Amino acid sequence: MTIEEQLVQKFGANAFEFSQFRDNHRAVVAIDCLLSVLTFLKNDAGFDQLSDITAVDYLDFPDAVDRFGVVYILLNTQTGERLIVKTFVNDPHPEVPSVFSLWRGADWLEREVFDMFGISFKGHPDLRRILMPEEFTAFPLRKDYPLRGRGERHNFPVITRAES
Amino acid sequence: MPFTLSELATANSTDKDYLWTLNFGPQHPATHTTLRLILTLDGERVVNAIPDIGFLHSGFEKLSEDLSYNQYVTIVDRMNYISPLANEIAWHHTVEKLMEIELTPRCKYVRTILAELMRLHDHLLNVGTTGLDLGAFTVFLYAFQQRELIYDICEYASGQRFHSSYTRVGGMLYDVNLEWVNKVREFIKQFPKTHAEIHRLLTRNRIFIDRTKGIGVLTKEDAINYSVTGPLARASGVVRDLRKDEPYLAYPDLEFQVVCAKEGDCYARYLVRMQELLESVHIITQAIENIPGGPINVDPDGKAVLPTKTDVYRSIEGLIQHFEIMMPNRGFVPPVEELYAATESPNGELGFYIVSDGKPNAYRARTRPPSFIHFSVFPLMMKGHTLSDVVAVLGSLNIIAAELDR
Repeated sequence: MTIEEQLVQKFGANAFEFSQFRDNHRAVVAIDCLLSVLTFLKNDAGFDQLSDITAVDYLDFPDAVDRFGVVYILLNTQTGERLIVKTFVNDPHPEVPSVFSLWRGADWLEREVFDMFGISFKGHPDLRRILMPEEFTAFPLRKDYPLRGRGERHNFPVITRAES
Repeated sequence: MPFTLSELATANSTDKDYLWTLNFGPQHPATHTTLRLILTLDGERVVNAIPDIGFLHSGFEKLSEDLSYNQYVTIVDRMNYISPLANEIAWHHTVEKLMEIELTPRCKYVRTILAELMRLHDHLLNVGTTGLDLGAFTVFLYAFQQRELIYDICEYASGQRFHSSYTRVGGMLYDVNLEWVNKVREFIKQFPKTHAEIHRLLTRNRIFIDRTKGIGVLTKEDAINYSVTGPLARASGVVRDLRKDEPYLAYPDLEFQVVCAKEGDCYARYLVRMQELLESVHIITQAIENIPGGPINVDPDGKAVLPTKTDVYRSIEGLIQHFEIMMPNRGFVPPVEELYAATESPNGELGFYIVSDGKPNAYRARTRPPSFIHFSVFPLMMKGHTLSDVVAVLGSLNIIAAELDR
């Protein structure tokens, strides 16, 4: 039984939108049942490794409806099978459930998505910025953030020798 | 990246005032690059290690949205600058999969040879600096002398020693010639001698074994659960190598073995890397004698690859095609799709998730950086070891800060 059939059997055909491109198998899931689907994939379908979590800001994308897509790339290390699970979230408070309890590798990956896109992960134990400085307020990989920044580089606090 | 004082205070709460905090880095000879650790110590034992990263963050993924699929290769180069060509090959592997370009057999072989040379490059640096950090300075010199020879090979092929930006969509910047093939032949002929010397210096060295055996153990379950890949995962017993599991380039034609160990400690990681060096030499030996003839680039009629300079200067079709690809409002026409593809880089699974909106540059290109993922395991591996083991574990993880922070 393919993974698509297993998912349909468990959650019903309406819960998913399956597609395939090259060798990528993808499933789009609604945000409400995301955590239960991922839990099923981890515990019952053998997807024991989370390769990556990333997000896409569809602000300028042609014909896009939702603002953010959150992408989970799962891997079954026994069979080598991959599955890409995707969900959509919207402004003003984009939030998805954290998968930290399923895969510990999600820790830093979720922090990076939070840092870059401002999507918060409900249930993450330590959701802080990871790459950008603490005083940074914007989310740099959002499409409404300009490529050259908003002048933050010129306003970094400088510690002089006398102050140090 | 940031750390507030209040968090440090909770780590050092009053009932545990025998604990003290040590700031390790961001400028420290043993970190090799700019990364910072905040260590909570009980005497010399590490109670907690908190990595603090982001010092080298330079917005590579934001840049990918502005540069075309060919231009971004110069940025990809600078991610894991220890094995730049491996990153280029991974990037263009994804782009070519998106555009459904089948490479020529010659290009596949040349890329395979270069990818394996980069694996030698990366593992030599890792073994060398691990030796250096643990007091075996000679190993470092032996390894770096060999790395110089690989730099020469890269320079001969692409004109650049370090950031060669050698791959292009659908092919390479230049073809290689017989002189280059002879250089590679010479290199792989003399390399096993140095490998044996490093082996004799370290593998049964009492000090080295004491410093690495049983240190920084990562179990198989943890390796899978923490998304660890590459030599680190293989040293913990995860039998997984994308060259075998998701074959790409010329790897299906070539014979090699996946090197694994069970222990998952620093010594096992060292052994896996040492054996992978020999496997890489074995791959190059087969590939270099079997480079197919024919063109290095795919047929330019497909409108995906740059024509040769001769065509550009001597034929109107070539000139038009060059123009079509290079002008800012023209260029590649990829499908409006999303795709994830990964290759086995020396450090682990290096993947790219490209979202394309049909324009010549990616709408979004996410890098799956192995260093970033491996560094998140560091606190787990460090628990209960002593301060001097920090250097040994950090060395065995092979963290490259430019890839860590991008």
